[in-house]
Amino acid sequence: MRHIIAILMENESGALSRVAGLFSARGYNIESLTVAPTDDPTLSRLTLVTSGSDEIVEQIVKQLNKLIDVVKLMDLTEYRHIEREMMMAKLRVGGDDREEVKRLTDIFRGRIIDVSPATYVIELTGDSSKLDAFIEALRPFEVLEVVRSGVMGIARGDVALKI
Amino acid sequence: MELTGAEIFVRCLQEEGVDLIFGYPGGAVLHIYDALYKQDKVAHILVRHEQGAIHAAEGYAKSTDKPGVALVTSGPGATNAITGIADAYMDSVPLVVFTGQVPTSLIGNDAFQEVDTVGITRPCVKHNFLVKDVKDLATTIKKAFYVATSGRPGPVVVDIPKDVTAHKCEFSYPKTIRMRSYNPTVKGHTGQIKKAIDLILEARQPVIYTGGGVILGRAAKSLTDFTRLLGYPITNTLMGLGGYPATDKQFIGMLGMHGTYEANMSMHHADLVIAIGARFDDRVTGNIEKFCPYAKIVHVDVDPASISKNVKVDVPIVGQVDSVLKAMIKEIKADPRKPDATALKAWWKQIDEWRAMDCLKFDRNSELIKPQFVIETLWKLTKGDAFVTSDVGQHQMWAAQFYKFDKPNRWINSGGLGTMGFGLPSAMGVQLAHPDATVACITGEASIQMCIQELSTCLQYHLPIKVVNLNNRYMGMVRQWQEFFYQGRYAMSYMDALPDFMALAQAYGHVGMRIEKPGDVEGAIKEALKLKDRLVFMDFITDQSENVYPMIPAGAGQNEMILV
Repeated sequence: MRHIIAILMENESGALSRVAGLFSARGYNIESLTVAPTDDPTLSRLTLVTSGSDEIVEQIVKQLNKLIDVVKLMDLTEYRHIEREMMMAKLRVGGDDREEVKRLTDIFRGRIIDVSPATYVIELTGDSSKLDAFIEALRPFEVLEVVRSGVMGIARGDVALKI
Repeated sequence: MELTGAEIFVRCLQEEGVDLIFGYPGGAVLHIYDALYKQDKVAHILVRHEQGAIHAAEGYAKSTDKPGVALVTSGPGATNAITGIADAYMDSVPLVVFTGQVPTSLIGNDAFQEVDTVGITRPCVKHNFLVKDVKDLATTIKKAFYVATSGRPGPVVVDIPKDVTAHKCEFSYPKTIRMRSYNPTVKGHTGQIKKAIDLILEARQPVIYTGGGVILGRAAKSLTDFTRLLGYPITNTLMGLGGYPATDKQFIGMLGMHGTYEANMSMHHADLVIAIGARFDDRVTGNIEKFCPYAKIVHVDVDPASISKNVKVDVPIVGQVDSVLKAMIKEIKADPRKPDATALKAWWKQIDEWRAMDCLKFDRNSELIKPQFVIETLWKLTKGDAFVTSDVGQHQMWAAQFYKFDKPNRWINSGGLGTMGFGLPSAMGVQLAHPDATVACITGEASIQMCIQELSTCLQYHLPIKVVNLNNRYMGMVRQWQEFFYQGRYAMSYMDALPDFMALAQAYGHVGMRIEKPGDVEGAIKEALKLKDRLVFMDFITDQSENVYPMIPAGAGQNEMILV
């Protein structure tokens, strides 16, 4: 099963490699990993998407907690939560296709954030399946590149990951 | 007053009460060596190879209640130390290892003797630090000792660039340290302890299974009280030997691949396994699918990640084993229920039948020296009170089977990583920590050659270690597996072109002996023990074909032992 684990870590050099190294050393799977400092600059927040049986995910959580730099973590999938991912896609589009792509972008509530005579850059935010669906919808067009942020998540309501 | 980083380093060690460090100098640590030279509170033991420094520090730590400390230079100094660091990580040995690093301005430039020590050691340390500013040095060292020795102990590496050891700042050593990201659990959860007590007092065929956590957690006394209070059988892992007196009648021997028949059969038929400071290692469980099929499992461990890692447990208790054991003893004493005496009597009767198989018997009339006989004789002549280190292989298993440890911290071996070359340098650390004690290194002709250079260190510091070399001219454990599982194709396991160990020991300035007949074994060991101020290298020419029995073959269950 897919799990989204949010981790607060000391914002120190090498902290990220401890997490990445743990996953490779123990053969766990990482689907995506995002990291950035929080409102408290001494803390980084990582969001990690992984999958595995309950036993494996339990081990992953324990092993992550065991890392000395990990301050606190939370398996968001155990709570009502919101997940978002951002994507930027660059397309080569001309002629009538420009109008069609613009319309598709509006339907998905994306935005065109860069325009050249032959290209668009589209920004889209949503959960991962929405992004997947948009990429699917773009198939008829010439997609030059796609960049995705990886998943970020946060719990709904009063539940908060903080120290 | 401002001090240099090197001076701060030495002051920190003094503040931590470190009396001894093991090391080897080199370019990146020369400022530190200069500062060490100018003081006399912290002694330095010069090894002959950095691997030896780490193993020596491990021997020191494992035989005392203090962390081991080592100091090596950058580049090859650090990489040579890796095997020892990985060894300490697997066996949870509290070590603080200081590595020199190239100056901060050169880091990442492929400078002379530069390696990414923090990167290389990351998977095999409890934690590591790179100190980039002399102002952080004292706090980092404080943290390193705290992390290494608390919770589940382990090695911590502190990488110090050369310029940091030259820069100056005000020195003050923090009295305490708090890390918001690291708070090891001490006390067990009361509710969980109550659940465990219910299972413990209702069990009809219980077994207590304990590991290295009891030794590391200094819980041998509490474990003995707990076990005697209940009257239950107890087995120890390889790392847990000495946690309970081996000569006591409730002790059913080591368990696992080369454990006793009675220990493994008891585990297999148990209805309750009380695991304390043990981690269900594959060498203990055998085939995990067949492990303890009838048992509920209680698991006490300081490391939550050890619980339900390999085997799903019924009642986990996270906490320091000593604290949890004391709490359980109190609960049991206060509980009106008592263990079922009738069931227990029947259980012991069954165990005694398994015991009567005498699974450790060996040929006592052989004309060749049996390795088991050498160890048994050593045990008798040292009255079971020596510190014994070992290398890795058949001799290690025989030592574990035939030297009956009644006290904790006496059995020093490489259990998790299985590092050949561990025995001699770790014996140095033990002997330095216990100058008047008898320290024996049980080894084989293959293992001993992996760190034999340390014989030179032993001479320099007058370490009267008794080396018991069980010389069968084979990598014995490899040969045994080749005999059992590769139809006797002894691929590259024969040790050809061996040195004359007696002459080699003498060349290093020690006493060498060669013993070729069973009748000479006792006399030789007696003579060696009499030479209290000399290292004696006893080269026992043993039976080449002897195998370690009993044995659980790979993939088999605990009840499927090969007996002879």
